[in-house]
Amino acid sequence: MRELLRRVFKLTIPIAAIAVAAGCGGGSSSSGGSSGGGTPAAGTPQKGGTLTILASSAFGVADPAQNYTLQQWALLIDTHDGLVQFKRVGGSEGTQIVPDLAEEIPQPTDGGKTYTFQIRKGIKFSDGTTMKPSDFVTTFERQFTVPGPTSFYSGIVGADKCTAKSCDLSQGVVADDNAYTLTIHLTASDPEFLDKLALPFAYVVPGNTTPKLTGNNVPPGTGPYMWQSYDPNKEAVLVRNPNFKVWNPDAQPEGYPDKIVEKYGLQVSDEVTAVENGQADVVFAGDTIPSDRLNELGTQYASQTHVNALTADWYFALNTKRPPFDNLQARQAINYAFDRKAAVQLAGGSSLAVPSCQILPPNFPGYQEYCPYTANPAANGAGPWTAPDIAKAKQLVQQSGTAGQSVVVNTDGPDKPFGEQMVADLNKIGYKAKLVVLAGSIQYPFLQNSKNLDKWNVGWSAWYQDYPAPSDFLNVLLGCGSIHPNSDASPNIAEFCDQGIQSKMDKALTTGVTDPDAANQLWAEVDHEVTDQAPWVNMYNPKQIDFLSKRVKGYQWSPQWYILYDQLWLEQ
Amino acid sequence: MAEVALEPQAGTPEQGPDRVAGRSPWALALRRLGRNRLALASLVLFVVIVATSFAAPLYADHVAHTDPFVNDVNGTTIVNGKKVPLMQQGGGVLKLGVTPIGPTWDIRHYFLGSDTQGRDVAARMLYGGRSSLEIGIGSALIACLIATVLALIAGFYSGLVDALLSRLMDVIWAFPVYLLAICIATVLLTAPNGLEVGPIHVVASSLWLPTLIIGLIYVPYVYRPVRGSVLSVAEKEFVEAAVAQGASNRRLIFSEILPNVITVVIVLLPLMIATTILTEAALSFLGVGVQPPGASWGTIIADGQNLLYTRPWVAIAPGIMIVLTVLALNVLGDGIRDALDPRAKLRVEG
Repeated sequence: MRELLRRVFKLTIPIAAIAVAAGCGGGSSSSGGSSGGGTPAAGTPQKGGTLTILASSAFGVADPAQNYTLQQWALLIDTHDGLVQFKRVGGSEGTQIVPDLAEEIPQPTDGGKTYTFQIRKGIKFSDGTTMKPSDFVTTFERQFTVPGPTSFYSGIVGADKCTAKSCDLSQGVVADDNAYTLTIHLTASDPEFLDKLALPFAYVVPGNTTPKLTGNNVPPGTGPYMWQSYDPNKEAVLVRNPNFKVWNPDAQPEGYPDKIVEKYGLQVSDEVTAVENGQADVVFAGDTIPSDRLNELGTQYASQTHVNALTADWYFALNTKRPPFDNLQARQAINYAFDRKAAVQLAGGSSLAVPSCQILPPNFPGYQEYCPYTANPAANGAGPWTAPDIAKAKQLVQQSGTAGQSVVVNTDGPDKPFGEQMVADLNKIGYKAKLVVLAGSIQYPFLQNSKNLDKWNVGWSAWYQDYPAPSDFLNVLLGCGSIHPNSDASPNIAEFCDQGIQSKMDKALTTGVTDPDAANQLWAEVDHEVTDQAPWVNMYNPKQIDFLSKRVKGYQWSPQWYILYDQLWLEQ
Repeated sequence: MAEVALEPQAGTPEQGPDRVAGRSPWALALRRLGRNRLALASLVLFVVIVATSFAAPLYADHVAHTDPFVNDVNGTTIVNGKKVPLMQQGGGVLKLGVTPIGPTWDIRHYFLGSDTQGRDVAARMLYGGRSSLEIGIGSALIACLIATVLALIAGFYSGLVDALLSRLMDVIWAFPVYLLAICIATVLLTAPNGLEVGPIHVVASSLWLPTLIIGLIYVPYVYRPVRGSVLSVAEKEFVEAAVAQGASNRRLIFSEILPNVITVVIVLLPLMIATTILTEAALSFLGVGVQPPGASWGTIIADGQNLLYTRPWVAIAPGIMIVLTVLALNVLGDGIRDALDPRAKLRVEG
């Protein structure tokens, strides 16, 4: 989910003061206010009012089968439901899968390849029609006829024959509207299938929804709110769904505001001012708050400002197909040389980012702290990054025989300071580095496409979890199967492929079906082995800032969905 | 009119017509320019800006002792005799963000403060001025040179040649100038080897890339007025006389026509430099001009746009330099135009 909220999370902030330990996953979240990241605020929640969110721009096409932005997902979770859902609560509990439109979470059968869901009865869409199991068939088929990230559901039987023109999943998604069951057959077991079902792509829409893109019209859903309007040039408006009733508050609780409005078009600095003045309620966290406004938030508006650590990486991919970084020692050298403290400073300081050497972020399944690329590393590398080791880096460069080679560092415009830092550190250890800056809209596809491999050596990128599974980082970003030649959607930018590590990843995926703990141990080993192979220079794990108006209470921050808009309530 | 005041007054012993008579038009123009105090002041200002900018290495190496092209976010400087970090952590409970040090007004230590990457803004502004001026002057010269050659060819040969060249210019003119520049720059910046045309090879990080791009997109803006002048001059009697004498086309173009249209180019040149400096600033602000870690006034303004509340000098200082430079060039251009305008003399004599 790289493009999702890159901007949002760039500015996230941590919390110094109050770590909401219990609710926020081991202190990963902090807040200046009384309402912690994972714990509802004190006081009596009140229904009513209009919650106004300000965002600099809209999220593009509104069709839930296509939209892949957390900006829309944060609203879609309030209007739509899936078979299962991430628990709608702040803190680490927010990564738990709970039944939503399914009565309960089934145990897979047929070696993990078949899931049979008992669907709840009596639930209606916002247009008044009754939700039935066969609606899910349409929902899943739309994944393939509407241009979107179909790979999440490509393991469903029949999906391989689907095209943008037609899709028939009658063999893979079997609905029984009489028995109210839905059976999904997979071609192979997938330990993350339930996570994927909890994503908005799988949220049910009526069976008569067009198989084509709905543009700015969001099909009816079953959540507590419904989309009244969406104009990318103006605003999105959510109002209460008159047909909603609570069936599982863990999955879909009733919301507090009567209306949720997300307005577009203001400069971020103006958004901050408006929220400070009480003219709006939330600055969309995906908007990067200008650095010269941060201090006032931390001093004058600390009680309204919340900081949370994200499960995300900001990193440089090293092009492993081209000298000098087709050489392991060269890759390790720049990992030793890169000044992660400087990167953290460029990200806004230690309150906004934490240096990292490894792929998996903290507070994530399979995470075991590991950083061999630091001065004075801890035993077995099991400690934090402290400082660059230039002497070691220079030694490795000499040993690699790559000294003096030219290196092209590629970044997008807003992140060129990181590129400049990388250039300086590369030059420091004997390379001839230069920076190439591309527009943000083309930089990521440019890096992904193997046609451009001869045009860069070091490429800036960032990744935010889709769901809390180690494979979403390790397999998606560094697995052999994530290299798609000549495609703009080839997330293994470094083109790193180690068959030994891939075998271990495959084993971890298989093990995860039956033994998640053992699988996580395998993922931890994979994480460390990949880090040793140094296909990236990981810089840091970012934190996120949420800035709310004074009247907003009930702040909760989910590691999966981030701020939970519907659980905010407005002091009247 | 300024020309009236600048022209010698008939009958006065020191400024009589006898002092004008016999002087070349160039000498008269220079004399008029010399008496235009505003234009002279602008010229002096422009020269000072150029000299200061080109002294950037001296300032960075021997006064500020800083490398303005390398990040130094973990660095320190001296303020009131005390060592202080360049980046200051935010305050309050949350300690949000970091703020670069502001102006110290000490010429040896971050006179205008630091940018978000810990670099000396004053040193970068001087280096940036050098880049902006080099690109501005270079691209204006390129535009004027190419446009003059094309205009001479089109105006002299007229007919099909004129039609083809003029339509080509119209096509370029039809594109919004900034959009065209951004498109070309984006393509060339992503090319692995920059610009490669025959023996010409310009890497993406070179200042020649924005110089060539800006120079080329402004060719039509010089071409049109020069071509008009060529068409007019080509009809003059002295040209017909040269033709009657059997002068070659080369002689007609370079000895008869060019000297009589070059004043148009000279008048346009400072105005074009002002325009190209503004264009360079805009492109660099958008990230498709001077490439990092290089600096230009445009890139420094971009660096400062997120510091307007707390460290406004990062953006204001290069902004002032752009304003002063463009103002000086525009006033100078007006002065040159007045000095070279033959109608000024006619008006005085009339």
